[in-house]
Amino acid sequence: MDPASRPLVRLIGASRDFDVSRPWLNRVLEGAPRRLLRAVDDVSFDVRRGETLALVGESGCGKSTVARLIVGLYALSRGRIEFDGLDLAALETDAAALRRRMQMIFQDPYASLNPRWRVRDIVAEPIRVLRLADNDAAEGARVAELLRQVGLAAEDGEKYPHEFSGGQRQRISIARALCGNPEFLVCDEPTSALDVSVQAQILNLMAELQERLGLTYLFISHNLAVVLHIADRVGVMYLGRVVELAEAAQLFATPRHPYTRMLMDAIPDLEMSGKPRTPVAGEVPNPLAPPAGCAFHPRCPHANARCRTERPQLRPVAGGAAACHAVEEGRL
Amino acid sequence: MTAGAGRLRRAWNHDLAWSFRHSPVALLAAVLTLVCVGGALLAPWIAPHNPFDSATLNLSDGFTPPAWSGSGTAKYLLGTDDQGRDMLSTILYGARISLGVGLAAVLFSAVLGVSLGLLSGYLGGHLDAFIMRVADIQLSFPAILIALLIDGVARVALPPELHDQLAVYVLVLAIGVSGWVQYARTVRGSTLVEKGKEYVQAARVIGRHPLAIMLRHVLPNVTGPVLVIATIHVATAIITEATLSFLGVGVPPTQPSLGTLVRIGNNFLLSGEWWIALFPGLALVVLVLAVNLLGDWLRDALNPKLR
Repeated sequence: MDPASRPLVRLIGASRDFDVSRPWLNRVLEGAPRRLLRAVDDVSFDVRRGETLALVGESGCGKSTVARLIVGLYALSRGRIEFDGLDLAALETDAAALRRRMQMIFQDPYASLNPRWRVRDIVAEPIRVLRLADNDAAEGARVAELLRQVGLAAEDGEKYPHEFSGGQRQRISIARALCGNPEFLVCDEPTSALDVSVQAQILNLMAELQERLGLTYLFISHNLAVVLHIADRVGVMYLGRVVELAEAAQLFATPRHPYTRMLMDAIPDLEMSGKPRTPVAGEVPNPLAPPAGCAFHPRCPHANARCRTERPQLRPVAGGAAACHAVEEGRL
Repeated sequence: MTAGAGRLRRAWNHDLAWSFRHSPVALLAAVLTLVCVGGALLAPWIAPHNPFDSATLNLSDGFTPPAWSGSGTAKYLLGTDDQGRDMLSTILYGARISLGVGLAAVLFSAVLGVSLGLLSGYLGGHLDAFIMRVADIQLSFPAILIALLIDGVARVALPPELHDQLAVYVLVLAIGVSGWVQYARTVRGSTLVEKGKEYVQAARVIGRHPLAIMLRHVLPNVTGPVLVIATIHVATAIITEATLSFLGVGVPPTQPSLGTLVRIGNNFLLSGEWWIALFPGLALVVLVLAVNLLGDWLRDALNPKLR
């Protein structure tokens, strides 16, 4: 495959288990078994160069864990992740050099900046670690340029994070993430802690930066309106699995998977005001004991015997892919 | 206005400075501490006699009572001990040793405890379990027992002349090692909290070395409680040193600390020479009380819930 059309990031059967067992002494004394929580279960998808791929889903569906697996904050339990065609976990790849080409923007702008550091030090940290600047003057110039790029003033570098609002802090986070000239940004709910009025500003800034710097985004969100605004393609996650992956327009116009339909029905819109709404039925099952077969079957109105025993695979459908027996069999 | 004056003004208006100016107890404690520390630091210059210069010692001056009692002289304000050493001078010199050992032991404890706490909290796993179990075991013994143990081992391991030379350092080590647990536990707890925050994760994504993250990111955010513990620990360390010296396992009698002086005075307490034990004891009480009050004030001032 030629390098230009090769996906930038590729997940192949990526899985992550968390050990949520009781402490060793309790296990021995009480005979409690070791318990594993399967946060991400056999997830495969590609992120194409220059696109914005959004991952959506309810709380606890594993979307943030996917983000952290890609940037290396968590180690994979099974499967592999390739960046630019190279396996990040393989011995012969220089994973540190590859990871320099990706950065992350975090959810909580109040926790993602060290309160004891000046903004210029926060933004310059990647330059210092990667030794990108020859001297202090070059570093200062780069920090000033980055701060202006995200809509702040160069003089803001002298201040501390607590002197800024949430939206401004998120701009500082973006400046820091851009500092090492990454190609790929993992954005873990970057706007969900912000006021609605500020969310749009940050989203527009991110879109503008993407165009100018040719960035690729993996955008984690639970806000479908935000996703419609920014994403090229959307992956829907449920209980650690990707259940549907499609072009954004396609997904919002004709959702295939019953879970996606349920999510779409839950979006409020003006035409529906006053009419009774179908609430999202049921609860997310306990991830420690996921249902057999399709994880969604207890909440699915179209489930049959096959859904309760056989796990559906992500199969191509028109304009995307869905993991659903009903869709595959043409029942839906 | 120059930059220096601006900084001074900011420091003056800082919460901590404000709370200090408005707390009479803190002011009194600070004055007392300053007097003690000043007296200890300036002992060679302000002490009326040099108690360690045997040429000026006169055994016939021994057991002189304080100046205001019937048979006292103005030459020896607080009287003399059995060897004719001026009590005021020995107290000033003794406070020097007590404070020096106390501060050095606290510094040693703090560095050891903070390092182990950071490593334990940040790296976790088996190392964390190991360090914390060692801490649990050590906490089940009184600190003084640990200090006695280390001192005893040093006495056996080192030849006597060498031990006398190194006695002060052994004491610092003994008191220091006996006090690290509190620092380690506190720092470990705060580190666990900070480690989960996104700025630490951001530093990891940037690719910083774990050691750099611990020192540059986590450490500055966990030092607040350490400062309070260290201040109160200074008082405890001085007491521990005095206890060890009183028991005769501390500093050698040629370099008496306040505890040594109390021990010497204890021999004569019942025969009527009360001043030999009382004045060093009083000095010890004032010093420890002042430092403790400062520590209490600092703890309250740094705790936003009590403001």
